[in-house]
Amino acid sequence: MEMINIIIDNKPVQAEKGKTILKIAREIGIDIPTLCYYELDGVNLENRPGGCRVCVVEIEGRRNLAPACATEATEGMNIKTHSLRVVNARRTVVELILSDHPADCLVCSKSGKCELQSLAQRLGIREIPYQGAQSTYRKDMSPAIIRDIDKCIMCRRCETVCNVWQTVGALSAINRGFEAVVATAYEQDLVKSPCTYCGQCIAACPVGALSEVDQTRQVITAISDPTKTVIVQTAPAVRVALGEEFGMEPGTIVTGKMAAVLRTIGFDYVFDTDFAADLTIMEEGTELLQRISKFMAGDKTVKLPILTSCCPGWVNFFEYNYPDMLDVPSTAKSPMQMFGAVAKNYWAEKLGIKREDMVVVSIMPCVAKKFECQRDEFKVDSNPDVDFALTTRELAELVRQFNIDFNAIEEQDFDQPLGESTGASVIFGATGGVIEAATRTAYELFTGKKLDKVDFTELRGLEGIRSATVDFDGTPINIGIAHGLANARQLLDQVREGKTNFHAIEVMACPGGCIGGAGQPFHHGNFDIIRKRHEAIYREDAGKPIRKSHENPFIQALYKDWLGEPCGELSHHLLHTHYFDKSKHIEIEG
Amino acid sequence: MAKIKLSEDKINKIKEICSAFGNKPSEVINVLHKVQGEFGYLPAELQDLIAQEMKVSAAHVYGIVTFYSFFTMTPKGEHPISVCMGTACYVRGAEKVLDEFKRELKIGVGETTPDGKFSLNCLRCVGACGLAPVVLIGEKVYGRLTPDGVKDIINEYR
Repeated sequence: MEMINIIIDNKPVQAEKGKTILKIAREIGIDIPTLCYYELDGVNLENRPGGCRVCVVEIEGRRNLAPACATEATEGMNIKTHSLRVVNARRTVVELILSDHPADCLVCSKSGKCELQSLAQRLGIREIPYQGAQSTYRKDMSPAIIRDIDKCIMCRRCETVCNVWQTVGALSAINRGFEAVVATAYEQDLVKSPCTYCGQCIAACPVGALSEVDQTRQVITAISDPTKTVIVQTAPAVRVALGEEFGMEPGTIVTGKMAAVLRTIGFDYVFDTDFAADLTIMEEGTELLQRISKFMAGDKTVKLPILTSCCPGWVNFFEYNYPDMLDVPSTAKSPMQMFGAVAKNYWAEKLGIKREDMVVVSIMPCVAKKFECQRDEFKVDSNPDVDFALTTRELAELVRQFNIDFNAIEEQDFDQPLGESTGASVIFGATGGVIEAATRTAYELFTGKKLDKVDFTELRGLEGIRSATVDFDGTPINIGIAHGLANARQLLDQVREGKTNFHAIEVMACPGGCIGGAGQPFHHGNFDIIRKRHEAIYREDAGKPIRKSHENPFIQALYKDWLGEPCGELSHHLLHTHYFDKSKHIEIEG
Repeated sequence: MAKIKLSEDKINKIKEICSAFGNKPSEVINVLHKVQGEFGYLPAELQDLIAQEMKVSAAHVYGIVTFYSFFTMTPKGEHPISVCMGTACYVRGAEKVLDEFKRELKIGVGETTPDGKFSLNCLRCVGACGLAPVVLIGEKVYGRLTPDGVKDIINEYR
């Protein structure tokens, strides 16, 4: 590695040749502010259009200021990141950005978490000296994502995430000059685009131009209604991130506190999506074994690999892009929807109430779940199995609204029976976790032997595409894993061409899996936060007394009392789904 | 945006153009040039087909079409009118001539009359500054035009 010597803010620094000034400065703890620059170093994603000019620095011997994000450091450079000239220029740049930015911070969903707002504060801007034209773009409301493009500052992070990380291609920069915005093809509504509602555009947006549909009011209304029994379920990834909203270290596990605040808010039953994740493993694992057994018996109609179907962004993606392969993914519903089906059938019956009088709320790290729970196939007489899907951030908002001291609240347990879960269900929150959980159960069901070691570390990690072969007592089972839809597309294209020998592939749309979901507390591009959540997920798993889904006593009881057997008739009816060809649904308005 | 259905012929022609450029994403601009030359404009349906053939998103194609002023999504009229707004024509009253065309045809710049006969556009210098102000209708050049003369010229084509 070739090194160079430079000076940053009077400090001599040795740095790697080829690195940008911005990166070198960050490594030595000098914070050059940016707006358009966005990096997720753990998954090699970078947005570097050099457009906002907030990161300009002064380089000795150069006439003009240089953008730190797009300028490589060279031998002998003498750089000033906060000289008088730089500070003045930076303030002017931000003032100009503010000149056509709506000043509705009081009611903006991003307020307090907005990078433009905090930058304006940091630069001491107290008035906006430039009066410019304001853009008047319509608000685009979809079931999950709101686009309020008047707030767009053209950083183009969303465009990069949508096209490079996800290869979804819903968004692109259009028009030029003042008219330029990021929009869908023909400026149609998001619902008519190939958007998967993964929401990573929201996670990347530095301002309030992209946000999730807020359903906290509807949930409060339901809780206030004495005729409704309101049940809440919480996804695995929420418990390792929610604490961040209250100043806790990333990776702090707050399962017990989360259960306690949900009870305080007034939910009648505090249950766990993890329970349904165990149920998913029973169904999906059984489906996998059935397909493998048939395949080995020479049945050529069997589709292998089986693809996981927990991630709603991923489901939307393959419905749009792989309509010829709709029989390849597992038919198992996602844990959230399985929970909804169990709650509104089994649990409603146990309580002796009608399904219309039950409201199921889920707390999800995810934005696409808002779309998923509104799918027609998950409704009975237009009553959905899951009524509302709130994000981790929305739950934090509720906690603040109800003035609950999150740090002080005593831990509590989930209610039973739908609150009991195993370590296998917790790891659903991380990339590789679903398939590891499935492997733990499938191994024992397939071989009839007890696993000595439940940790399949070969399936863990944060690389975009991973593969491993697990020895099922003499039978090699080939497993593929992808997170990010660009990576999934790579694997799926190989499957389509018949070039793989995988038995099963797990896909999650978001970086790191659900822990990096778009509904999680904003990480503002700090991938270390995702790494810490990742580590916490496996810590939570290791601390569980039971770590295999099929050993969950409440799952066993549910099959004995009610469901019968995995992939049986009632399961088929309530816990499995089917997929639709959506490639033709990308409409062009008349 | 009127919904149009592409004929088999048109679809094949566009596919042919795309494959002539190797269906390479980097060649989208060239394909758009060629297709607009062929069809006169680039409606959404054409862009969708081009996106599919060139293996890029429709949003990406639309981004290019809206960025470059050369590309248009509205069909040109049977007689496309181009008013030169180059420096020489401008100082000799091209703007007034343009206003007269707008008033007479009841359309704005970049638009087409409802009967599809005329469309109105501006361009920069046709290299006939001696004749300023200059207007092109189709391939034909009209020089030293005054607002008074606009009606008569339009009537030639009505």
